[in-house]
Parts: sequence; C-alpha cells; structure tokens
Amino acid sequence: MNEDKIYVDVNATFTKDGMLLPKSFVWEDGVEYEISKVKDIRRAASLKAGGAGMRYTCVVDGKEVYLFYEDNNMWFMEKSA
Amino acid sequence: MADRTVLHVDMNCFYASVEMLHRPQMRHVPMAVGGDPQARHGIVLTANYLAKRQGVKTGMALWQARQVCPDIQFVPPRMDLYLRFSRMAHEIYQEYTDLWEPYGCDEVWMDVSGSCSLMGDGLTIAQDISRRIKSELGLTVSIGVSYNKIFAKLGSDYKKPDAITTMGREEYRTKAWPLPVGDLLYVGKSTERKLQSMGIRTIGELAQMEEKYLKSRFGKIGLVLHSFANGWDDSPVKREHTHAPIKSIGNSTTTPRDLETDEDVKIILYVLAESVAARLRENGFKCHVVEISVRDNALHHFTRQHKIDRPTNITSEIAQEAYRIFRATYQWEKPIRSLGVRGAELTLDHAYEQLDIFCDYIRREKQEKADAAVDEIRKRFGYFSIQRGLMYQDKLLSSLDAKGSHTVHPQGYFS
Repeated sequence: MNEDKIYVDVNATFTKDGMLLPKSFVWEDGVEYEISKVKDIRRAASLKAGGAGMRYTCVVDGKEVYLFYEDNNMWFMEKSA
Repeated sequence: MADRTVLHVDMNCFYASVEMLHRPQMRHVPMAVGGDPQARHGIVLTANYLAKRQGVKTGMALWQARQVCPDIQFVPPRMDLYLRFSRMAHEIYQEYTDLWEPYGCDEVWMDVSGSCSLMGDGLTIAQDISRRIKSELGLTVSIGVSYNKIFAKLGSDYKKPDAITTMGREEYRTKAWPLPVGDLLYVGKSTERKLQSMGIRTIGELAQMEEKYLKSRFGKIGLVLHSFANGWDDSPVKREHTHAPIKSIGNSTTTPRDLETDEDVKIILYVLAESVAARLRENGFKCHVVEISVRDNALHHFTRQHKIDRPTNITSEIAQEAYRIFRATYQWEKPIRSLGVRGAELTLDHAYEQLDIFCDYIRREKQEKADAAVDEIRKRFGYFSIQRGLMYQDKLLSSLDAKGSHTVHPQGYFS
C-alpha cells in the first residue's frame, strides 16, 4: 500500500546491558548489507515511509541510512529517491 | 497556595492523523476514518481537516459525509494501531510528571507544577511536548496551559491544529470569556439552549450570572458550571494508573441489520447481557439496576432503567430483565438500529445479602455456577466455543462478540 516503506529482514544482537543492535539487513533486491556502525538511536516518525518507532541511524558502506524498529516488532526502511 | 500549572494535550484528529502518517497518499485529500459500510457501522469516527473544512463531522453516516464532500476517502479503523500510538504518547507524558490523566485515548491532562523548576514554565514544557510528539510520533497536538483543568481544556480547543494557547489568570477574561458557552465542558446542546433562552451566550456571561439564579434553574450543576466559567476548578489531575471507581458496566451495538421483531431484539439483548454480566463477574460486581438503550432507524434514542430486587451478575437474570423492560416500553413504531444494556448501582459480589423466602436460591446458585463454567470455557477456547441455543435462531445477529470488541471513550469528568 505504501511504496516508500520497505520492510526488511534484520540480523540483530542484544548486548549484555540489554541494548538491541542491528548488525545487517536484507534489502528488497535480496542483497545483505552489513551495518558498520550505529550512530544514534531515538524514537522518531518517518513521514516519508509512513510509520514511527525506534530509529537507528546506521552507517552502511560509508553512508548514513535510517532503520526503523516499529513497536509491532517489524523493521522498515525508507526507499530513497 | 501557589497556582498549579496544568496542561491539556489534545491530539488533532487523532485516528485520521495516524492513518495519514501511515498512508502518505492520503495526506493531501479529504479523508475520514469510519466503520465498514458493509457491516453497517457506517459512521465517521474522525475526519481530517480537509474533510472537516467541507462540513464533514464526527458521527455523520458515511453517505451523509459523501454528500457534503463528494471526493472524500474512507478508511476502516485500526483500533490496535491507534492504541499503540496513544500508549507511545503516554510514555512521553510520563517523562514530565506522574500526574497525568487520560480523557479518552487522544486527550490528557497533566499537572506539571512539580516539574517547572527543572524543566521551565508551562509554556516551555508544552512547546517541548509538542515538538517531541511531532518528531517522535509524526502527529500534531494542541495544548492548553492554565492553572486549572477546565481552562486548560478551553486552551487546547482555542486554536487547532498544532498550537499552544495559554489561559492564565490575567488572560482568561479576554480569551475564555468571549467564547460561546457551549465550548465549556459539560455544557451540551440542551444546556446551551436553556442558557441561551436566559440570554447567556458566552462563558463570560455565565461567569457573571447570579449563582442563586443559576441554582434555581439548573440545580446543583448550575453552581458547578458557574464555577467552571470562573476558573474556580481545583479538581486534581489524577495520578497515573489510578482508575476512577467503576460506576456502571454497559455495552451497546449497532446491529448487523435492522431489528424488526421481539425475537430479534431478544437475541441482541442476550448477546449484550452476556458481555455485561461477564464483565461484572470479571470485576467482582453485581448490579442493582438494569438499563436498556434503544435507537430506532430514524435515530430517535431513549433509555429506560429498572431497579431489580436482588443484585445480580447472572447472565439470564440481566437478559430477562432487559427484555422485560423492552417489552414494556417499545411499541414497534419503527425498526431498531442499535441497542444497549447496562448494569448500574454496582455492589461488590461478596457483600452480604438479605435473603427472602420467596426466592429459589438453589436455582440461582446453579445459574451462577453455570455462568462461571461458561466464562472458563470461553477463556480457554474462545468466545464462540459455547453459545446459547437462542443464538442459532439468527446467526447473523448473534455473530458479534460484544465483550471482545472493546470500546474506547472518556469517562465522566466527575467520576
């Protein structure tokens, strides 16, 4: 129903102090992308994709992308223009 | 005592806004969240501002909305989604104070008096909350800032959407008093009409009325309204998670088709009574009064109630009493669109009870045991796993699970 909202499979770990950290995700083309670093975690809405949740600012291939964890336990990303 | 700082936060067009966030293609067209027209729950629950501007109002039938706004889009409600967003908003409020009191799922009062020294004055906190709801939930709010709950609510209604209005002691005469008296909490249509017939059109005019005169016309509530209009409202904002004591338990429904016979009504009353009685039992209550509400297909509405001899939470007793009241009051001038059953004057189910010699207590005890068994079966295997024989007379009518499909609405201000 919304083309700019891409649900993705995510590999994530829990750290021993209880933090959920995504490690990699599979984009809609089937390619798995490594997340080299998570720069910021905060609750945020995505007007572009249409949704809200915990927003992980991830570094992938040297670029920053947003990965959202919705409270229905699904991960989504915004399709870039 | 120093003045309190009370905020009233109102999420603008809440259901519609949540839908617009999730459906970007709906953001720039008139739209409304409304029930499924096939299931005949065909009314507008919330419309967005584009639709409201064209005259669409909450409570309109879908076809009426389409008449005033032909290009309107309807989306079916997703209650679980709205409740998730409501909960996320509550999590934000909790970071400012533990004195926050929800009024429905999209409004809340907050007493931030204790947080001002740390977080700034009411206006600063309101700006912070507004900014956070926007960035974290993607929704807009209107906030009223005042020293009491009534004026805070007037403030949040004053300017919409996405606005903050202060209603302080030095401002209310210029901001609140010119407002129409109908904007005041607890002034409904008929009270407003009565007030207007007395020449009272604005909140200010109500505030300056003689108390004695209002009391003679309206009784106690006249004095209450007079003090509301003056901002003499010291009712506290409740602490989080303290729920007001339950005063009554009721359920109502718009039926899948119009009801035309006593038998139809009986089925629906039993469905509703099952839900009401089960909820009474769940919460440890019995009711002393049974009330029915009836709306015919011309939308004419009435309620009737009757006090019963012995408090009860037995399904069949409540259903039979509801049916008896119905038979005694309804003349079948028109088919019926919606029905409700309510148990009121609640007592605790383990309270002592005066027995009398004409009542068959063995039978009552058996019925209580049967109800308990049904509750248990439904808890384990689902609502439709066990049904009354009556329900098989019309499967369409009996297909609703009144208890499972919850309702959300504000509790009364005084409760």
